[in-house]
Amino acid sequence: MKDIRDTLMLARRSDGTLVARPLSPHLQNYRWPVSMALSIAHRATGIGLSVGALLVTWWLAAAAVSDSAFAMVQGFLGSGFGVFLLMGWAAALLLHLFLGIRHLAWDAGWGFGTLAQQEPVRPGHENRIYRITGWGVIGVTVIATLIVWIIGFVVW
Amino acid sequence: MPSNPDLPDRAIHVDVLRSQLKRVRGLGSAHSGSGTWWAERLTSIALVPLTLWFIVSVISLEGATRADVFAWLHAPVPLVLILCMVVATFWHMEQGLRVVIDDYVRSDVLRIAMLLLSRGVCIVAALLCVVSALRLGL
Repeated sequence: MKDIRDTLMLARRSDGTLVARPLSPHLQNYRWPVSMALSIAHRATGIGLSVGALLVTWWLAAAAVSDSAFAMVQGFLGSGFGVFLLMGWAAALLLHLFLGIRHLAWDAGWGFGTLAQQEPVRPGHENRIYRITGWGVIGVTVIATLIVWIIGFVVW
Repeated sequence: MPSNPDLPDRAIHVDVLRSQLKRVRGLGSAHSGSGTWWAERLTSIALVPLTLWFIVSVISLEGATRADVFAWLHAPVPLVLILCMVVATFWHMEQGLRVVIDDYVRSDVLRIAMLLLSRGVCIVAALLCVVSALRLGL
């Protein structure tokens, strides 16, 4: 053992003997390809949207309970922080939605190949479809979010 | 370790690799993986149109009074759609949080506690939404 960090690589075989196994590098050692950033964003927005779902629950339950309870929710959602939450909720929802559609396409077997391009291909510059759809999802999300925000403010 | 004198060492090694630990711990396939996988896809597909409809609804309900919410949910179509959306959303939320918790929480006690908590919150919140929507709409 040359490095103290090697202790983290100790594991056991199924018969109980110790074995040193390599670990994959942690997040900070990668250069953030778009598919990795989007994968993390999918999970992060999913957790954020769980909080949003509880906010919807509060809104719906308050409407069913009483005028004062409903006025409190509407007051919170109409405040500066509430509007900020709603705008973030719309952006997170749309990103999660479009990433989810991309996942469904993968489940159907579509979106893994490489688009034809001229040789020679430099390493890291292959026209992989998942990279193109990843940037596509970002573009569609930005446009859809801006549309929802603008309509939201115009209606308001 | 079962060892057969008729077989070469390689066969014994394969035997060890296969399932000693699994047998000791009682782990193995839960035999419900494909059902879980399908349920995840089912809620995802259902939520594509339901989510788009809900975003439009939220925008149309900006600054709504309680009477507006009553009027909105009093029609059968929005009421049924919101019930579908609530069930699909909280089911999907439970599925998603389960994956995240399974991936990142290493301690068995904490993981099981968090799985139970997330499932409980999802069920209670879903029921709260369903009862509230029915009370408003019926």
